Amino acid sequence: MNLDDKKIKELEKTANDIRISIIESLVEASSGHTAGSLGMADIFTALYFHILKHNPKKPDWKDRDYLILSNGHICPVLYATMAHSGYFPKKDLMTLRKLGSSLQGHPHKEWLKGLETSSGPLGCGLSQAVGMALASRIDEGNSTDRFFYCLMSDGELQEGNTWEGIMLAGKEKISNLIAIVDRNNIQIEGTTEDVMPLEPLDEKFHSFNWHVIEIDGHNFESIVNAVNEAKVITEKPIVIIAYTVPGKGVKEFERDYHWHGKAPTKEQGKRAIKELKSKIK
Amino acid sequence: MKNLNPKIFDKDIEKSSTRKGYGEGLLEAGRKNKNVVALCADLTHSTYTHFFADEFPERFIQVGVAEQNLATVGSGMATMGKIPFISSYAMFSPGRNWEQIRTTIAFNNVNVKIVGSHAGVSVGSDGGTHQAIEDIALMRVIPRMIVLSPCDAIEAKKATIEASKIKGPVYLRLARNDTPIITTEKTPFEIGKAQTVFEPKSKLQIGIIATGPLLYGAIISAKELDEKGIGVKVLNLATIKPLDEKAIISLAKETKGIVTVEDHQKIGGMGSAVAELLSQKYPTKIEFIGVDNKFGQSGTPEELLKLYGLDTNSIKKAVKNLLK
Repeated sequence: MNLDDKKIKELEKTANDIRISIIESLVEASSGHTAGSLGMADIFTALYFHILKHNPKKPDWKDRDYLILSNGHICPVLYATMAHSGYFPKKDLMTLRKLGSSLQGHPHKEWLKGLETSSGPLGCGLSQAVGMALASRIDEGNSTDRFFYCLMSDGELQEGNTWEGIMLAGKEKISNLIAIVDRNNIQIEGTTEDVMPLEPLDEKFHSFNWHVIEIDGHNFESIVNAVNEAKVITEKPIVIIAYTVPGKGVKEFERDYHWHGKAPTKEQGKRAIKELKSKIK
Repeated sequence: MKNLNPKIFDKDIEKSSTRKGYGEGLLEAGRKNKNVVALCADLTHSTYTHFFADEFPERFIQVGVAEQNLATVGSGMATMGKIPFISSYAMFSPGRNWEQIRTTIAFNNVNVKIVGSHAGVSVGSDGGTHQAIEDIALMRVIPRMIVLSPCDAIEAKKATIEASKIKGPVYLRLARNDTPIITTEKTPFEIGKAQTVFEPKSKLQIGIIATGPLLYGAIISAKELDEKGIGVKVLNLATIKPLDEKAIISLAKETKGIVTVEDHQKIGGMGSAVAELLSQKYPTKIEFIGVDNKFGQSGTPEELLKLYGLDTNSIKKAVKNLLK
């Protein structure tokens, strides 16, 4: 499971390609969520290209790991990653948010094979992941072969439903549940700490009986090591608080909450793609 | 009447609650199918989910006082092939967790059965905060949702078992109190089918469509009117969605008007569903028996049914209004 330098280089290149696809699809759609999508590109790349047990040609393979995207608005990164890993042709990314497209503005599982849930309304993904893990426990016992990865935003931690799920996962000691929080510090209307402070976030999870790991969400080695650590924890659910830069990879978009919920114009898109292309020689 | 409790017009008719019938049905469904699981939000005994939880503790999840979680965890379990029954008071589920039900259950099209007990003002002394009289409207407006509202404990048991056999989201509406046993084990029950439960001896003039335990009051009203020469046929509408269009239209065709009877707001309830249908397919005069844009309050069920105009006197008056 560990990474060598060659693999890291490969993942960096893939993540950069995925960022380019994200920009292209958002420009074409002329609406959508840029900052979180770019910020999570490294984690999605690590998951789909190294960590997850999955089969893009057989999305409903029964032995797969489950990836539940709770903050559905960052679906441009989910779609781009799925396309790059072979779930569907990359050209389909240009149909994002259009009539009849399998790439709905927020993910709808009936429209696209490979989605475990539909999402968008915040704060509901974790509880669904908890339900999936509980159901699988009834059938398979405390399996260490199957993991449920729930990707969440930091902003959605303001939803009460999230904490109901966190409480239940702690009570049930669901150790094959790995939540990954995109701690990018922004939400639509500003920084999380201005809108509704979340800190001390690690202590909140600790106090609900979770195992907490904090990482740099752009460092592939850290991402993979965190998941390796998570997999050997028993008796507790695991949260990886991943510190990310919203808009990562494009200087014009980075760390600016205004990019939470809008798409680049054609011009901005051109500049962004040029910047991204210059990164990988 | 054929197929109904032979003691239906006796003073000492036996009583039970639809919530208890649910508990029995859930246990039986659980025995028949190992994929049936139950979740509850700290109201296991009030919803009779404990019958199931006691026999199948490994298939029961106590989520605590957290109805949003109840719905979303249920959704996740259904995604993995389980058939979750999520139960609470109707005020809280589907009252509090409507959007979770809409998005994670109906939009996702997963096989979750939402069980709301303590529906209606007939809850009684707990008062208006605990009397769900908006839940039919909340559930029937959601695409794919099937809405069931059984009339007695026996029908509730059958509805529960049938709900476990069909794939997709179902809302099962239950009441708190012991009410007369109208049906028998042999009374047919089919989701989507209305049933005639009273045919008059005198010339048929008016149709009553009732849902839930108020069906009993509808039958008593029809009998008393029949004795006075006013012929009223009564339909038990245990499935509010999908509507049994054929049965409703044919009742409208053979009568001069329809009275709908439900322990729910007039706005958006079963009567509204009937009116939506008839206004399109066979415009008919309708009198609505239901709560008239008000909240409930404390009192005995009998006091409240009278106060809110849901008792037999109100039903009989509505029939007579249609004949004016």
